[in-house]
Amino acid sequence: MSVEKKHSIWAKIILCLTAIFFYLPIVYIIFFSFNESRSLTHFGGFSLRWYEKLFSDNTMMESIVYTIVIAVLATIISTIVGTLAAIGLSRSRRVLRNVVEQVNNLPIMNPEIVTAIGLLMFFSALGLHKGFTTLLLAHVMFCTPYVILSVSPKLRSLDPNLADAALDLGATPMQALIRVIVPQIMPGIVSGALIAFTMSFDDFIISYFVTGNGVNNISILVYTMSKRINPSINALSTLVIALITVVLLIVNLLPMIKEKRRKKV
Amino acid sequence: MRQFRSMIYPYIVWLAVMVVVPMLMILLYAFTKEGNDVASIKFSLENFTRFFHDAVFIDVLKRSLIIAVATTVLCVILGYPIAYAIATHSERGRMFWILMITLPTWINMLVRTYAWVGILQDDGLFNRILGLFGIEPIKLMYTTFAVVLGMVYNFIPFMILQIHTSLAKMDKSLIDAAGDLGANRFQTFWRITFPLSLPGVLSGITLVFLPAVSSFFIPKLLGGGQYVLIGNVIETQFITSGDWNFGSAISLIMAIIIILSMYLTRKVDTDPTANGRGE
Repeated sequence: MSVEKKHSIWAKIILCLTAIFFYLPIVYIIFFSFNESRSLTHFGGFSLRWYEKLFSDNTMMESIVYTIVIAVLATIISTIVGTLAAIGLSRSRRVLRNVVEQVNNLPIMNPEIVTAIGLLMFFSALGLHKGFTTLLLAHVMFCTPYVILSVSPKLRSLDPNLADAALDLGATPMQALIRVIVPQIMPGIVSGALIAFTMSFDDFIISYFVTGNGVNNISILVYTMSKRINPSINALSTLVIALITVVLLIVNLLPMIKEKRRKKV
Repeated sequence: MRQFRSMIYPYIVWLAVMVVVPMLMILLYAFTKEGNDVASIKFSLENFTRFFHDAVFIDVLKRSLIIAVATTVLCVILGYPIAYAIATHSERGRMFWILMITLPTWINMLVRTYAWVGILQDDGLFNRILGLFGIEPIKLMYTTFAVVLGMVYNFIPFMILQIHTSLAKMDKSLIDAAGDLGANRFQTFWRITFPLSLPGVLSGITLVFLPAVSSFFIPKLLGGGQYVLIGNVIETQFITSGDWNFGSAISLIMAIIIILSMYLTRKVDTDPTANGRGE
């Protein structure tokens, strides 16, 4: 028993240090976003001036809008494309399935910078102007594989006879798809969409290479602005942290709340 | 059943166009010289000979590998006890700590890297804490230490999660059995727990080494403009100097190194003699 006790004290110390290491920079950047002075190291009193500066700066506001619009569009498109592809894939012959799965894993396994330069050269060979379109195409390209990876396991555990039964009972393939298959694999679709959204929202490397003509996302802006000390980055970062934290808390807390309610009933 | 089979075909076309063609273009550019159009493609190995004959590039390659290996080793040494500490908790505690570890990974890597800039400044938090103990400030920003710290900070969650998964999957009765049979705690760990968690360590190594070797914004933000790793060389070729052929060749070299190291890691994983059990 005493061994167990000592053990857990060590575990507590290690985990406390881990928490400090992980959250210190995040807390630090949030704290200094309210700094009155320009300094990143000396706190000169509370102020919202960097937020005011952020909200009145067109380039920064535009980058926030682009980030959100691209993330939402890329999530919608890649979730639909990925779900349909995963369903098609689950019905395909094994050889074809293996080949598609291998190629589908390429963007996940490849270093992002390799994917990025490949797309850059490809878009330029097509004569596409670097900007919104190329950014969106690239984001759909790297988000879809994650949706497929997250939907496929749900399809594997799905009874294949269900869809057939629906068809035998007179449902059109479209109805069978929407009313029978999709509801069964919904958890996979939702987690796929969540991964797609955060992947797109946070992406830097691929976006940095394929965009141009003033279309920037938050990451690119932080990268280009960080060459000089600019406290507005702290304000921008704090907004990003707040947004992602809220989304994740909702996603993580909802199942727990549901679980509790079910237990009560 | 068959109705839905055809739904895969559009995605196959999409994969071919958006994934396979760009990869082939990297190959094409890497093995050709500048200024070719479709009619006059001339294959050459000049991009590769240029890289391997230039001491500057070889140094960059060496430095990138050393930093990536150092990052990976540190992630194992620090990540293992953390994963182990999490695994000792009950189901609820484990869920909480896994959430604590995963939450920061969802936040933009660039933002998290930038967050260290203030802490590592000469008059920053780190040096001020040292100052409380009467220690002279140390130069931290724009050093190898800062770059490795930034990489460990960004990539260690992958290691912790992988090791934790393999520890959590482990059959706990094996540990009790080892104890009953007279093994002490160290023996139990070294002979039972560690070998069983090795697959997690190995997949963690892959997940850390790959982004570490190709990273270019961490050295730029924390190492400064002078701190050049292989990813920065590729970035320069594509963003500023515009030599796509050379840039493609360098990224091909990098990709081959990554594939080789992943192959070696996997070999350790499947080779039963490598983990000392020799079954």
